[in-house]
Amino acid sequence: MSRIGVFTCHCGENIGATVDCAKVAERTRNVPGVVHSVDYKYMCSDPGQSMIKDAIKEHGLTGVVVAACSPRMHEPTFRSAVEEAGLNPYLCEMANLREHCSWVHEKNDATTDKAADLIRVMVEKVKHNTPLHPIRVPVTKRALVLGGGIAGIQAALDIANSGHKVVLVEKSPSIGGHMSQLSETFPTLDCSQCILTPRMVEAARHPNITLMTYAELEKLEGFIGNFKATIRKKARQVDEKLCTGCGMCITKCPQKKIPDEFNEGLGKRSAIYVPFPQAVPNKPVIDKANCTFYKSGKCKVCEKMCPTGAIRFDQQDELVTLDVGAIVLATGFKVMRTDKFPEYGFGKYADVIDGLQFERLASASGPTLGVMKRPSDGKEPETVVFVACSGSRDRAKGVPYCSKICCMYTAKHAMLYKHKMHHGKAYVFYMDIRSGGKDYDEFVRRAIEEDDVKYIRGRVSRIYEEDGQLIVKGADTLLGGEPVEIKADMVVLATAVQAQDGSEELAQRLHVSYDPYHFFAESHPKLKPVETNTAGIFLAGACQAPRDIPETVAQASGAAAKVASLFSKDELTREPVVAVVNRLPAPTFSYCVGCFLCQSACPYQAIEAEEIRGRDGTLIKTLAKVNAGLCQGCGTCVSTCRTKAIDIQGFSNEQIFAELMTL
Amino acid sequence: MKIGYYPGCSLLGSSREFDESVRALAPALGLELVEVPDWNCCGASSAHVLDHHLALALPARILAQAEAAGLTEILAPCAACYNRLSTARDALEKDPALAREIEAVIDLPLAGTVRIVNILEVLDRFKDVLPGKITRPFAHKVACYYGCLLVRPPKVLKFDRAEDPQSMDRLMAAAGAEPREWNFKTECCGAAFSVTRTDLVAKMSGKIVDNAVKHGAEAIVVACPMCQSNLDMRRPEINAHLGAEHTIPVLFITQALGLAMGIDANQLGLQRHMVPAVMAPAAV
Ligand SMILES: Cc1cc2nc3c(=O)[nH]c(=O)nc-3n(C[C@H](O)[C@H](O)[C@H](O)COP(=O)(O)OP(=O)(O)OC[C@H]3O[C@@H](n4cnc5c(N)ncnc54)[C@H](O)[C@@H]3O)c2cc1C
Ligand code: SF4
Ligand code: SF4
Repeated sequence: MSRIGVFTCHCGENIGATVDCAKVAERTRNVPGVVHSVDYKYMCSDPGQSMIKDAIKEHGLTGVVVAACSPRMHEPTFRSAVEEAGLNPYLCEMANLREHCSWVHEKNDATTDKAADLIRVMVEKVKHNTPLHPIRVPVTKRALVLGGGIAGIQAALDIANSGHKVVLVEKSPSIGGHMSQLSETFPTLDCSQCILTPRMVEAARHPNITLMTYAELEKLEGFIGNFKATIRKKARQVDEKLCTGCGMCITKCPQKKIPDEFNEGLGKRSAIYVPFPQAVPNKPVIDKANCTFYKSGKCKVCEKMCPTGAIRFDQQDELVTLDVGAIVLATGFKVMRTDKFPEYGFGKYADVIDGLQFERLASASGPTLGVMKRPSDGKEPETVVFVACSGSRDRAKGVPYCSKICCMYTAKHAMLYKHKMHHGKAYVFYMDIRSGGKDYDEFVRRAIEEDDVKYIRGRVSRIYEEDGQLIVKGADTLLGGEPVEIKADMVVLATAVQAQDGSEELAQRLHVSYDPYHFFAESHPKLKPVETNTAGIFLAGACQAPRDIPETVAQASGAAAKVASLFSKDELTREPVVAVVNRLPAPTFSYCVGCFLCQSACPYQAIEAEEIRGRDGTLIKTLAKVNAGLCQGCGTCVSTCRTKAIDIQGFSNEQIFAELMTL
Repeated sequence: MKIGYYPGCSLLGSSREFDESVRALAPALGLELVEVPDWNCCGASSAHVLDHHLALALPARILAQAEAAGLTEILAPCAACYNRLSTARDALEKDPALAREIEAVIDLPLAGTVRIVNILEVLDRFKDVLPGKITRPFAHKVACYYGCLLVRPPKVLKFDRAEDPQSMDRLMAAAGAEPREWNFKTECCGAAFSVTRTDLVAKMSGKIVDNAVKHGAEAIVVACPMCQSNLDMRRPEINAHLGAEHTIPVLFITQALGLAMGIDANQLGLQRHMVPAVMAPAAV
């Protein structure tokens, strides 16, 4: 005989103002199987929970229904209270009187009736509940970090320093990401390379970190604590062990006119190259698309020059499979390069450049060695116009969101320019100045007040060339929309920050969600900012949304802390709300006929095949089996199964039907 | 191919040569123009600043007349007509209640089945056959000038790249011309002030003429009667304002293509231009 206790909560005014809770509790007392029914103002409070615990003991309850708010919020609270009183926590259920009733209806009798109905339904369900036990899974204590920008480097170092192994996978030939391209960084104007390079070297030398550059994730299987990752190590055509990084091959390579990615096309590189002098590892790769040997079968100059015989023209891509327990996604961002703004002439006029190109122009290690020279003719630009929000906050043509870093880096750019060319003129066209952050607003004020950068509030409508100069047409909206025309020698567009190419596909491969702009989505915007909705996969840096270095580093450390706490246990427990294929006592007995429709339906690849063999080893039957580690309890298999052989634990057909039949 | 034809007022008046050249070009391309019966003025120049309902009712009546004649698509060569008709159509499609109101005003049923296309869109449909019809390539450097009404607002017209349109350049290249990169493809010529403030027109149109010349163009090619008349008819004022003697002719795209297809210059109305527009035969 069931002995159910029902606890109706007022949730203060939330439920109490619309539902007559006392009446509901009173009526519930008559529901068959209910032996105890009370109402209380705040069920989740300490006294509220004590009421439940006491009642379980006093009335010998076999099940509990808490009629209150959303289970998402408080189910764990009440389940652990029930557990403390010695009852299996899965014998506690919640009826959602708030979102499902009081918040969506007026105060009247019907609302109270509905609340009573919702409780009756849950009482019927609890009567059919069985005790469930958490699933235990082992943990592989090695993390995989995807992306070797500052986010990936920081996360890898923090995990490694907490004593765990890390594999850092970077798709380009060197780690460092966009930060390695920056000249000086806001808000302190310290040299980006100077603070980054030591971190890069530390990551490369750390005994707990395995660096895999020029490599990409090919496949991911498994689940939290037990992932299996397949990494493609792209052929560098250089034996990393033999190469000493002397650079002989690079100096002698005949192909020297290839636009250089690291310098954003403002410089040239050879076909065998390291992206930049401080690259880690400092070992070259051959760019096969541009190498004479791969194009015509002749050359091999690098091979002849290499003193250690490290060149390998026959090297092939290599697939490496790794067991890892957690993954940190840190694949960063790209800046918008677009012809969506033909009116700005980007790509048409050599002297209209974007922010990253300006970083390279300003950098001491850049193509001009830090001397301000405009790309077209190397002339020192006497007037430079900076255009903020180029494509950001623009629903019509660009992206609607704020790219967050541009206000700051534009102020930085204008300042760097003025520091190098005191007599030059710098103008900034802006919409608003969004410089929230420690010492950030002061930084922008400094650009305006001390470095004499002219800020004009208004959009630029068109940029065109006339007599060797760029004409920037805009409006000054603080002067009532007065048209402004500036003759400039160079224009720098702060183009929108966008998700990295291929992030949508990567997200699908990892089963993590992404937003409409292909940035990876966090599990909860406020309370779970570094988690994804796939357990064991965490986020760091600009792959989640536009962000600057301090924020990126803080989040990377947050993700690393999550990984470290995951690795602090030898076993993980998971909610047992997963699918099971029914097994009547002897293993051969199951309704499952082995059609495996469920396998193709399961979005998490959680269904496996299990062979049932007789004593003599002959195959009797092949059944579906649920991998409890992978199953997310979505129930897709249940609705697909033609023989009703699969159930979600805690949501069996019997339980659901019982609920419906009481209505 | 049959298509509805809405010449509008300017093609019967100040820009007769546009109408003549469209009509001359059509048969050569195998295009049959069916004039919208009993059409009225679309109200482009002033209705929209006077009365919102009037600005919708005038084009709506044209659309209803076209619908009644069984047309599904009408060509409006004038950029202003094209713009007004399209804007009205869009507004009525988005607001059925308003459409019913306007229906009552014009006292004609309006199902909203008629699409409006501009001259470039229509010519673009012949891009594959066009090269085969070129007998006297228009071998000149040209500045293709789209003006503001042909491509804006992009949300309503959905035609070409609003800030850097390409369709006219492609057509002219197919006719053997060399379209130049220049700066003011979509700059306003000042059409709204055409009569009232010729000083402003001289300034605005002057920039356009001057820039086309600066970028080496030998002719400006347009697809809007207002642009054409400003750049052509106001040339004395323009030149006075610029202190220059610009003699660059301004041709309708239909005239330029017509010449390239060997159609007689007079049939294309070229003799009507203020700035002599018969292109030097040596260069042809
Ligand atoms: C013009 C400009 C100026 C800036 N100036 C400043 C400044 O002064 N101060 C400041 O605080 N911030 C500045 N920033 C912001 C700063 O660049 C970012 O905050 C920072 O780079 C974010 O780091 P990240 O590691 O998240 O991303 P990234 O730097 O983009 O690094 C991501 C890395 O992941 C790799 N990767 C991508 N996809 C994959 C994959 N599938 N597998 C493996 N690897 C992959 C990439 O190759 C890259 O190395 C600036 C940004 C710009 C555009
Ligand atoms: S020459 Fe050989 S050792 Fe030197 S950088 Fe090139 S590959 Fe490495
Ligand atoms: S559980 Fe159902 S769907 Fe899955 S294999 Fe068995 S019979 Fe087929």
